Amino acid sequence: MPAYTLTVNGEPRRFEAAADTPLLWVLRDILNLTGTKYGCGAGLCRACTIHLDGEASFSCQIPISAAEGRRVTTIEGLSPDRSHPLQQAWIEEDVPQCGYCQPGQIMSAAALLERTPSPSDDQIDAFMKSNLCRCGTYNRIRSAIRRAAQSKAATRASANEEAENHG
Amino acid sequence: MAEQSGAPSKDEVSRRSFLQISGGLGIGLVVSFFVPRSALAEIEALAAAATAGVGSGGEINAYVRIAPDGSVVLSFPKSEMGQGVLTSLAMLVAEELEVDWSKVRSEHAIANEARYGKWSTGGSSSVRANYDAFRRAGAAARELLIAAAAEQWHVAPGTCRAEKGVVIHEGSGRRLAYAALAERAAKLPAPSEPSEPKLKPRESFRVIGTDVRRLDTPAKVDGSAIFGLDVRVPGMLFAQVVRPPDLGGAVASFDARAALAVEGVRAVVEIPHGVAVVGTSFWAASSGRKQLSIVWKPGPHGALDNEAIRKLCLAAVERGATARNDGDVARAIAGAGAARKIEAVYEFPFLAHATLEPMNCTASVLADRCELWAPTQSPTSATDAAAKITGLPPEKIRVNTTLLGGGFGRRSATDFVEDAVHLSKHMKLPVQVVYTREDDMKAGLYRPVGANVLRGAVDAEGWPIAWEHRIASQSILREKGWPFKDGIDFAAVEGVRNLPYAIPNLFVSWADVEIPVSTHWWRSVGSSQNGWVTECFFDELCALGHKDPVEARTRLLAKHPRHQRVLALAAEKAGWGKPLAKGRALGVALHECFGSIVAQTAEVSLEADGQPRVHRVVCVVDCGEVVHPAGVRHQMESGITMGLSAALWGEVAIEKGRITTGNFDGYPIARIDQMPRVETFVIAEGDPMGGIGEPGTPPIAAAIGNALLKLTGKPIRRLPIGRVTRSA
Repeated sequence: MPAYTLTVNGEPRRFEAAADTPLLWVLRDILNLTGTKYGCGAGLCRACTIHLDGEASFSCQIPISAAEGRRVTTIEGLSPDRSHPLQQAWIEEDVPQCGYCQPGQIMSAAALLERTPSPSDDQIDAFMKSNLCRCGTYNRIRSAIRRAAQSKAATRASANEEAENHG
Repeated sequence: MAEQSGAPSKDEVSRRSFLQISGGLGIGLVVSFFVPRSALAEIEALAAAATAGVGSGGEINAYVRIAPDGSVVLSFPKSEMGQGVLTSLAMLVAEELEVDWSKVRSEHAIANEARYGKWSTGGSSSVRANYDAFRRAGAAARELLIAAAAEQWHVAPGTCRAEKGVVIHEGSGRRLAYAALAERAAKLPAPSEPSEPKLKPRESFRVIGTDVRRLDTPAKVDGSAIFGLDVRVPGMLFAQVVRPPDLGGAVASFDARAALAVEGVRAVVEIPHGVAVVGTSFWAASSGRKQLSIVWKPGPHGALDNEAIRKLCLAAVERGATARNDGDVARAIAGAGAARKIEAVYEFPFLAHATLEPMNCTASVLADRCELWAPTQSPTSATDAAAKITGLPPEKIRVNTTLLGGGFGRRSATDFVEDAVHLSKHMKLPVQVVYTREDDMKAGLYRPVGANVLRGAVDAEGWPIAWEHRIASQSILREKGWPFKDGIDFAAVEGVRNLPYAIPNLFVSWADVEIPVSTHWWRSVGSSQNGWVTECFFDELCALGHKDPVEARTRLLAKHPRHQRVLALAAEKAGWGKPLAKGRALGVALHECFGSIVAQTAEVSLEADGQPRVHRVVCVVDCGEVVHPAGVRHQMESGITMGLSAALWGEVAIEKGRITTGNFDGYPIARIDQMPRVETFVIAEGDPMGGIGEPGTPPIAAAIGNALLKLTGKPIRRLPIGRVTRSA
């Protein structure tokens, strides 16, 4: 089997895998990072969402041969201690029910906020509509994304203020 | 070879799961004692039997542990599938135990029939059936801790009290933390009198009735929560099972050579459900499967498809057994003029549970014991299935219940457990069997299909006076081998036989239809279709009699004040009768099941593509008593979402004797941009406690259908609605 190198959650990882192995199964079965979930294997539910070079991607649809040398962030690497504003907001809003889709939801939402720091509900819906939740936590997902956006904005504002005070 | 080092977070997770597996948590106080079955436990016995094939015949036990750091670890024999049971049951214990919620942790117990009785999770019963028992569990633990402190201080227990994890001696103000008392308390005899100790009065509650945070949330936002698919056991293999594509088909022969040549494939094995490919990873099994050639024996149902199944149901509908017969329905209908009567055929399809985590199970079968790691609603059924296959006695089967990535009834079945046990037994290694999404969708065990013929009449003033309701549907009970009562499958007629409206001539019959597609309990079971049929037909009668649906319901619910109150609040909050945006209509529906009464309104428009769009839902639930209000709201919202998906798009397709629905493209579930705003209001006025997991599901389909009836003037009598409106 060919050898591959990835940077996963900031750490270089080297391993062997069949070239057509989807990144999802590399993460789960080879690197033992089971936070990224299998839901459909067809790019239809987005439970497998990770960041590939910072972009939200379906890991079930990316063969490892197309990911060689790239930078992967999984739910385990979003923050070391659940301190990411989205993780905090997810806890504040009591979002998860069964919880199975939530790593994918959070990774999609993180990519959304990187691109659109203060999304409207329509922008949230447009970006998040491929992430399925069978338990129906969608209204709380929207609230949590809004809450995280506000909290990031507040952090930015206070950082700016501090910079100005020191400037 | 694959690198296995690093990933500290994962290692931590593995250690934790192995700790649970080994059960080596022996420090601190363990309280385990007998609690008598309450009257409500009878409900659980029935409900459990109705959902998992097992009765809860044994005692209910509680399991409280105080760790040296003062944290309180509670173990429960109920499965967490998203309904929040590990939180709501913990609230019951914590209320009486007098501990800070921040100190409470909650986990699945290891199934143990001698200690916990049979374990099944279903029938919306976990809280209502155990409301007293788990509070007693907390109270008894508290009394032991007080007794331990009193013994240490040489004072009477009656002079001490417990508060926030500390025992306080009233006279001297001395204090001892639970953690410091745990060892001594563990040696004291448990209360022998089952009625002792006394439970707190409702007005003293500090935990029950509050919106505490769910205990399982933190692990669900950082990837550390362990679902069935996340179980990792040293040396384990991964397997997929290729099932016969035809209903009733079988394996004739197979050639495994090409599959075995795939790197990582270890074996190709025939088991009762099909041919399994076993490999060192999911992908190895997938790759081997693609190379596997199997010759199938065709099934005997080559002509079977959804249309043929419709005809079977319609052909059976007039020959049912009588489930209810008030007045003289034939005479009342015959006596009504043509303009005052109506006949309608309502049809509903197979539904898949489509849990987001597909079915899976990990098994390790050894010569003298067997261990399972299973996302199961019923570890008891899993134990029985494993015992049967291995020949081991049940006490040699250890079931570790993982988190469930959705359940909805599907995970009370044991097909996935059987596959894993067969394969581990054959391989003599731990094996995780994984259903692909397509395997999961095609594996059967659906919400049954059926048809209804309804005939109704209104009197000269337009009020309903006759309701003839003939149902034909597949019986889940028959498939499980359970008896009918008076020729009736009780689950198939629930919500119809007990129709609450005062209609003087009311006839209900039910006929079984045998179709070679397996069925199973699906969230809210018979009510999932019957709530739709009854509430839509009610609005058809209202339209016939020119009556307002809320006014007509209120009038015919004179003997059901709780139903009236639920309906009135829903109408008020939804703004019933007030003008809506152009192109929108408001529909209402009311249904009681699992002891709770739910009304929902749906504000609906019909989009340019012919698809209904639901903008806003108001939901009112009367569940008698409430333990976790946020949990109740979330379960209502969840039930609405599942009911909405089913109403608009849910249908499993069968063509030429095969299930052809395979993935979410063919079985759509609601997405965030299709999710209505939902406002839920909870009524809890001390009436008998009802269930919460299922009652939110049935009304929404009818609320949508009734809104569309107003909008278009045409009733929708066949599900899914989306197909009907699209083709109209």
